[in-house]
Amino acid sequence: MITELGHFALTMALAFCLAQTVLPLVGAAQRDARMMASGVPLANCAMLSVLIAFLCLATSYVVNDTSVLNVVQNSHSDKPLIYKITGTWGNHEGSMVLWVLVLTLCGAAVAGFGRDLPSVLQARVLGVLGLIATGFMAFILFTSNPFDRMWPPAPDGQGLNPLLQDLGLALHPPLLYLGYVGTAVTFAFAVAALIEGRVDAAWGAWVRPWALASWAFLTCGIALGSWWAYYELGWGGYWFWDPVENSSLLPWLASTALVHSAIVVEKRGALKIWTVLLALLAFALSMLGTFLVRSGVLNSVHTFAADPARGVFILAMLVIYVGGAFALFAWRAPSMVPQGVFAPLSREGALVLNNLLLCCIAAVVLVGTLYPLFLDLLGGGMISVGPPFFNLATLPLALPLIAAMALGPLMPWKRATLWPVIQRLWWAALLALGGFGIALALTGAQFWPALGFGLGVWLIAGAATDIFDRIGLFRQSLPVAGTRARNLPRSAWGAAIAHAGMGVTALGVAGMGLATETLVALNPGQSTRFAGYEWRLDSVRDAPGPNFSARQADVSVLIDGQVVFVMTPARRTFPIGSMTTTEAAIRTNMLRDLYMVLGEERDGGAVLRIHHNPMAPWIWFGAYIMALGAGISLSDRRVRVAAPNRRPVGAPA
Amino acid sequence: MTRKRRRLTILLLCGLGLGTATALTLTAFQDNLVFFQSPTDIATATPPPGRAFRLGGLVEEGSVTRGTTSEGRPSVLFRVTDGRNTVGVQYSGVLPDLFREGQGVVTLGQMGVGGVFMAREVLARHDENYMPPEAAEALRRSGLWNPATGAPPPPGGRVGS
Repeated sequence: MITELGHFALTMALAFCLAQTVLPLVGAAQRDARMMASGVPLANCAMLSVLIAFLCLATSYVVNDTSVLNVVQNSHSDKPLIYKITGTWGNHEGSMVLWVLVLTLCGAAVAGFGRDLPSVLQARVLGVLGLIATGFMAFILFTSNPFDRMWPPAPDGQGLNPLLQDLGLALHPPLLYLGYVGTAVTFAFAVAALIEGRVDAAWGAWVRPWALASWAFLTCGIALGSWWAYYELGWGGYWFWDPVENSSLLPWLASTALVHSAIVVEKRGALKIWTVLLALLAFALSMLGTFLVRSGVLNSVHTFAADPARGVFILAMLVIYVGGAFALFAWRAPSMVPQGVFAPLSREGALVLNNLLLCCIAAVVLVGTLYPLFLDLLGGGMISVGPPFFNLATLPLALPLIAAMALGPLMPWKRATLWPVIQRLWWAALLALGGFGIALALTGAQFWPALGFGLGVWLIAGAATDIFDRIGLFRQSLPVAGTRARNLPRSAWGAAIAHAGMGVTALGVAGMGLATETLVALNPGQSTRFAGYEWRLDSVRDAPGPNFSARQADVSVLIDGQVVFVMTPARRTFPIGSMTTTEAAIRTNMLRDLYMVLGEERDGGAVLRIHHNPMAPWIWFGAYIMALGAGISLSDRRVRVAAPNRRPVGAPA
Repeated sequence: MTRKRRRLTILLLCGLGLGTATALTLTAFQDNLVFFQSPTDIATATPPPGRAFRLGGLVEEGSVTRGTTSEGRPSVLFRVTDGRNTVGVQYSGVLPDLFREGQGVVTLGQMGVGGVFMAREVLARHDENYMPPEAAEALRRSGLWNPATGAPPPPGGRVGS
């Protein structure tokens, strides 16, 4: 009964979305206020319907309804409750329902918070969002219906992939989807602007918060995925340049560029056409990522099912939406008049450089990701493109980007000279050089990690300089500086914090460049020395869990013969689906991770792989600091009041 | 600065950026494309040492032995077969959870001395019923199994050699 209700709600949602596409768009074309106004309630209804469908599906999972095919394939009664709930989106069908839920939530948000938008623009944005939602809902209902029944009911489910039974991975998809779907909203704004043939500062003021929010969620989602890969896959690395990872990095790169170019549109009225193009690109890359992951073209943990029909459907949507948008762009963009003259050396110029480098990195990553696919399709043989390619091709582009990241925010708009900026950054440069020198000395002249340390320090010190300069610290008395700090726009704080977060990540990446590992075979009682510690294997024993059995090693870590702590790496075997997972033992003190993986057992002993990962946690902390910066920037009062102030400008004609 | 000159500067910058990106991609491709080789490919033409490639096939039944490398690290020796030819592989590391004799495997590394493949990475997939694409490709190339026509050979059985 609940299942049928969910199915019905999803069908209703499709109808609402279809209406949400047609009525506001036609209304906007004919300037019919009533038809345009219908977008708001329709968006809310669509959201409520999908929410009901999602809750119905979640209920089927919680009660383990074995007459629902989707539950049987992906769940089991023995699973802990939390993973029954998260299992709702731990499979292809459920994750698509979550995708649409987030999309319609964004639609409802545009409907709710967008009362101050010019009504024509709001109607068009809602119409485009409705169109996207219609496509995805048709995709769910026709190719991947989560509410299919099976008869007779199975005795019990087949279990969820044990790799996915993990809290980090339970949160990773929703965060990433929030980011992906955020690009759909900026896409909708861009298409609406193209239909209208006008991009103004108010448009920039509306797009920037959405782009920023989407960027923050993408950042968190990618960081969480990377962290999960680090502790769950047991390979000791944090980024593998896997095609699936790349397909989440690509929209991130485009959306980073978008966040920066939207500032120029809002503040200076320049770069409008470019910003619209970036918004289209960010969504195109999100769709491409969805296609690569969902179609089964790539084989990875993320690919739940390889079904050609689904791949073709998503590819068709990709072609229609993105192709249509680019055709519209080619038709309308020439009619938009560029404004805002600026010298190449200026804040705008720095932001153009940022965009240029980010897009080049994205292009390189895109080529590296898709080339093996194309070659295979064309019968050119099987090849793969690994980390060496990506490191070699992206680093030379990333280094100038990071070097310029500290300079850009200190430049004035319109026209700048380099010398005063460099003068204000002399102490940051000195610190960075010092960091580079010290790292070089401490690491035994390892150039690249030391350079990474130098750049990380450069970014953090550069961000600090920006803030110190603005509040007049060291030039004014402390109370004055304090007042100015309070009055400083939050967007300025946010930008500086996000840039500093990038610096923290750079430090983490540099530290991981110094990671060392060893592989030893120990018998109980035996010990080995590594990374300044003595590692003693005490025992290897059974350690069963709620729905798995496990073998676990107890390893004492000693300094000067004193046990400091015990680490317990394990291997779990899940009887349902007969799969095993590696549970790495990780001990962190924030400056370094000790990381241990249990290998095969040999003659009563065990093979252990031990990693010493300096600065590893900083990689993810940096990413969360970046997202925090975006959050602070979003809480800026001016973001919230921007639209009402500008309402007369964009009032319907 | 006039609008024309500004445009020219930006165009030049874009050209420079794209040119650099293309040049970087091409140079990086030159040395870092990892080709796939089946045991038969290696038997026909031994690849030069020092160039990394991927080797795929089935782990030969009864071929897995434990040993120690010259540096004293524990290692595993096994043979990868596509049914017609086999290649010896040495790997020093933690084997993936689903590494089994008779099952598909993909290894990344380069040829060492004496025709032994020195693996840097060994990949078997997370799912028991799943055949890594490269392993399937090796079997397809050796003509012993066409993935389009039927089920994979029984994991336990040796496919002749």
